[in-house]
Amino acid sequence: MAKKTPFYDKHVAAGGKMVEFAGYELPVQFRGIIPEHRRVRSTVGVFDVSHMGRLEVSDGEAEPWLNHLTTNDVTALATNQAQYSVLCYPDGGIIDDLVVYRLADRFLLVVNGANSTRDFAWLRQHASPGVKLENVTEETAQLAVQGPKAEAVLARLSSVDLSAIAFYWSLEGEIAGVPALISRTGYTGEDGFELYFARENAAEVWDALFEAGRAEEIEPIGLGARDTLRMEMKYALYGNDIDQTTNPLEAGLGFVVKLDKPEGFVGDNALRRVNEERPRRRLVCLEMDGAGIPRPHHEIYAGAEKVGAVTSGTMSPSLNKGIALAYVARRHAKADSALEMDIRGRRLPATVVRPPFYKQGSRK
Amino acid sequence: MPNIPADLKYTKTHEWVRVEGDVATSGITDFAQQELSDIVYVEVTTLNATVKCEDPIGTIEAVKAVTDYYAAVSGEVIEANESLKDEAQKCNQDPYGKGWIVKIRLSDPSELDGLLDAAAYTDLVARSEHH
Repeated sequence: MAKKTPFYDKHVAAGGKMVEFAGYELPVQFRGIIPEHRRVRSTVGVFDVSHMGRLEVSDGEAEPWLNHLTTNDVTALATNQAQYSVLCYPDGGIIDDLVVYRLADRFLLVVNGANSTRDFAWLRQHASPGVKLENVTEETAQLAVQGPKAEAVLARLSSVDLSAIAFYWSLEGEIAGVPALISRTGYTGEDGFELYFARENAAEVWDALFEAGRAEEIEPIGLGARDTLRMEMKYALYGNDIDQTTNPLEAGLGFVVKLDKPEGFVGDNALRRVNEERPRRRLVCLEMDGAGIPRPHHEIYAGAEKVGAVTSGTMSPSLNKGIALAYVARRHAKADSALEMDIRGRRLPATVVRPPFYKQGSRK
Repeated sequence: MPNIPADLKYTKTHEWVRVEGDVATSGITDFAQQELSDIVYVEVTTLNATVKCEDPIGTIEAVKAVTDYYAAVSGEVIEANESLKDEAQKCNQDPYGKGWIVKIRLSDPSELDGLLDAAAYTDLVARSEHH
């Protein structure tokens, strides 16, 4: 039986088409994927991301412990700063991608909803006396308010000066009188914030946001548009573009893998080897030259040779053409490489392009 | 509940059929367009070909999914809706009108008796909605 997020009734009332995702009943769309996508690119939309896993890590040894389990450098984080990071197995395969926040008295880890049980078990397996771990997913709510007008709308409800929060930083304050962690983060390529607060305040925060954003025609946004928005930015999705059979270097996440951390981390030896030998394949952006919409598992060819496969594909509502994220053999992974996509038996031309697909995002 | 006009015939694969003389116009139903959502591309691969009832005769691509489009009746595909090339969203906005997909000249009018009427199709949709 799928769980309900604290916004379930709001989604149903707003006409959300509910589906099961990551063990929760969530809206795949409200008005339609394309209009919702455009709403976020043009003004502001609200995503219920309460299905994401939220884990708190505290006590004296929390910092070195996390630094050992994640690929990015936790010691570089200042209080209230956030960082994108990866949890790896010893063989370099990806357990999950996550955001790590350093708060005044604890760390907050935000992980993929579909992985949170497995992540938590993995962290528990590495339990250490000086580290306290708490899964706070069920007692908290999480919303993403995204779009070029997100700050203007949220400022009407915020007790703190939002302009003081830089990209990937956070502040604890109040939204509509409700204590909340407010961070300038997101998964859309637009400016925007994520809000973390107690589950029992869900309805009042939701209602206040929709009231405050009326002039900007604020709308709820479903999982469908969340997916098309992230794909236009080449943001990886666990289960599609990354998983335990892929490593962060071939996935283009080398910028969060700090191989020179003095104490090392789980997976570092394997990733050092990948780095020295260079990845055999890379996650690239492919744009269709003409018609055709790529879908996951479509094969990619250079002449007669199969050189890769699609991991995520869609019609891009912003570019109005088919786009794909795909693993492609390294020698064909350079920008401007001309390849062919096998779309249900037809070979259609596609070109490797530099990320992101959508370059006009308001992200700061 | 999706719109299911009483004067049309339907298939189990969610096509509708309107017969005028010996020509059947067809498209996808309101239920089908709601399920697919955001249709961006409609392609009929069988223009001027002779097709059999239930043959795949084209594809419909939505943002999230692709599906085959089937011949509701047997005959010659005499016309495909050209305007869908630029405005495939007509299948979402007006599935029984401007969103029509093909016209087929019937080779066997007796097939029409095998199609669902609105009441039978309503039952089919009700079962689909409850999985």
